[in-house]
Amino acid sequence: MSLTKQEWLALEKKAHELRKLCLQTTQWAGSGHIGGGLSVLDLLTVLYYKYLNIKVEDPQWEDRDRFILSKGHAAIAYAPVLCDKGFNDPEMLKTFNLSGSKMGMHLDSNKVVGVDASTGSLGHGCSIAAGTALAARILGKDYLTYVVTGDGELGEGSNWEAFMTMNHYELSNCIVFIDRNHCMIDGPTEEVMKLEPLADKMKAFGFNTVTVNGNHIDELCDAIDAAIARSKEKCAPSCIIMDTLKGAGIKDIAGDYHCHYMALDDDTFARYNKQLDEDYAERVARVEKEAK
Amino acid sequence: MAGGFVYNAIDQTEVATAEIYGKAIADIMQKDPRVVAITADLAKSTKLGDVLKTCPERVINVGIAEQDMFGVAAGMARAGCIPFLSGFSAFTSMRACDQLHTDICYQNVNAKIIATHSGTSFGQAGSTHHAIVDLAITRAMPNLTVIVPADGFETANAVNAAYENVGPYYIRINRGFDRVLYDNMDYGFEVGKAVELHEGTDATIIACGSCVFQAREAAKFLENADGLKVRVLNMHTIKPIDKDAIVKAVMDTRRIITVEDHSTIGGLGSAVAEVMAQAGKGCAFKMLGHPDKFAPIGLQEDIMSEVGIDSNGIIAAVRELMKMDFEEDDNWDDEF
Repeated sequence: MSLTKQEWLALEKKAHELRKLCLQTTQWAGSGHIGGGLSVLDLLTVLYYKYLNIKVEDPQWEDRDRFILSKGHAAIAYAPVLCDKGFNDPEMLKTFNLSGSKMGMHLDSNKVVGVDASTGSLGHGCSIAAGTALAARILGKDYLTYVVTGDGELGEGSNWEAFMTMNHYELSNCIVFIDRNHCMIDGPTEEVMKLEPLADKMKAFGFNTVTVNGNHIDELCDAIDAAIARSKEKCAPSCIIMDTLKGAGIKDIAGDYHCHYMALDDDTFARYNKQLDEDYAERVARVEKEAK
Repeated sequence: MAGGFVYNAIDQTEVATAEIYGKAIADIMQKDPRVVAITADLAKSTKLGDVLKTCPERVINVGIAEQDMFGVAAGMARAGCIPFLSGFSAFTSMRACDQLHTDICYQNVNAKIIATHSGTSFGQAGSTHHAIVDLAITRAMPNLTVIVPADGFETANAVNAAYENVGPYYIRINRGFDRVLYDNMDYGFEVGKAVELHEGTDATIIACGSCVFQAREAAKFLENADGLKVRVLNMHTIKPIDKDAIVKAVMDTRRIITVEDHSTIGGLGSAVAEVMAQAGKGCAFKMLGHPDKFAPIGLQEDIMSEVGIDSNGIIAAVRELMKMDFEEDDNWDDEF
């Protein structure tokens, strides 16, 4: 356990606010990739509010840690984080996905402040992350590169090319997260295209691999702390498989592959908001029970 | 002349074009620690031998994985490096097309692609290794500057220009030796500006890459044999293309032939036609290149002869074009 109770509760509160903002953004946009957005929101929260060494006042600071959202469609969760952090005006969220907005469904790194890579076409982020981590070595920088890929996204062979590069060059300064929400657009991953045994595959590709509950903030932090500790030496790269729920936090859709992309009517929006509040209460109770 | 890397005539005749890239990148990497060379198991084929000796820590070999090579380059570029990627044109344009589009061009990163073995210069390898559609692909990519050097000197100039200018570049060079066009690097190379290699007012041949030498030889022959004054433009930059030189050729010569070791769909000829059409200044026009089919297998010179993009083919095309009756006055209203 790496978090104090106070830290854990603060992160839970922030994650809850961001889930609400993600849902609100989906309503403003009329529709969005809410399922895959919510499954990574706990990760986004701990990275942006605990780990990433970044400067909001200097977004292009060359020594900053990098974060690459390979599953670019989770932008509906990422954009609220970047606004809440102060990189972008929160008013922009009201234009998300609308004509003329700087914030499209997949974020453009040349338009949205704080985005380290333009993603959307799946299977690109890990190679970009490998290049970013290699550049740190060549330029003598000690920043870390974090990348999160979806599980269904691993069907793109380019990911495995990137994993070979990360392993070959011992890019322990690059930490790979796999959002294992078990869902693809057409159904469960194991029905559409079998991924298991995923951890064994990552180990076979040379990764120091752990599997955690990706919707459990304290477990996530433990895994990240260990990966950061390993990054001090040039060695095998780290992979954190995050067992998550698509649509995490909203009981009606959590774990259901159908929530990949949803439009929200007013009644549904209100119901999901209520369920997020109920989920938050359960999470706080869990912290009270588990925290030291 | 841009840059400080100078090659002499001995280099030009004794060193293959890709080796000149190898020397140019070695010079650049010696003086700028931000520059990295990335390859996909083609360090030897794309002539990175010199940098492997001088800056091995900045040569990244990703193995046979072109998609990864482009993504890695994009990440490095955004982090402050200046990556030069080298690989066969067929694979840099097609195997990694999505990465070229999204990681390199959409993000507008400062990465330079050296696409070797272009056109049919690896002719014996067959259509899997021919690159006769890469200009159609790369020309349509926003933010990308596309250059097709005609010889070793021009390759050195193009590599220097790519280094000195910010933004993504695609430089398409041949396998092996190119016929020598220039005496040295100092002929006024400028990105986006065609080079006039032969004066003329009867017709204009606009060529790129390996076809430029053929075009100049054809023009010399036509002057001696037929008394024709044929202008030859080396259109080394396919994008941004030299619109002024094209429109001037239309107005001055009323007959244009384009020649390229590439499909006639989407390459140099298409680019020239687009300029002419949009200028509203038409003239007799012929596009030489690979017709809408895969190229035959064989030595490049044999393929060029068969397809009609060598000097003989160009001469025949010019003679055919000269039979077309175009008015010599300045009244364009009665041309159509």
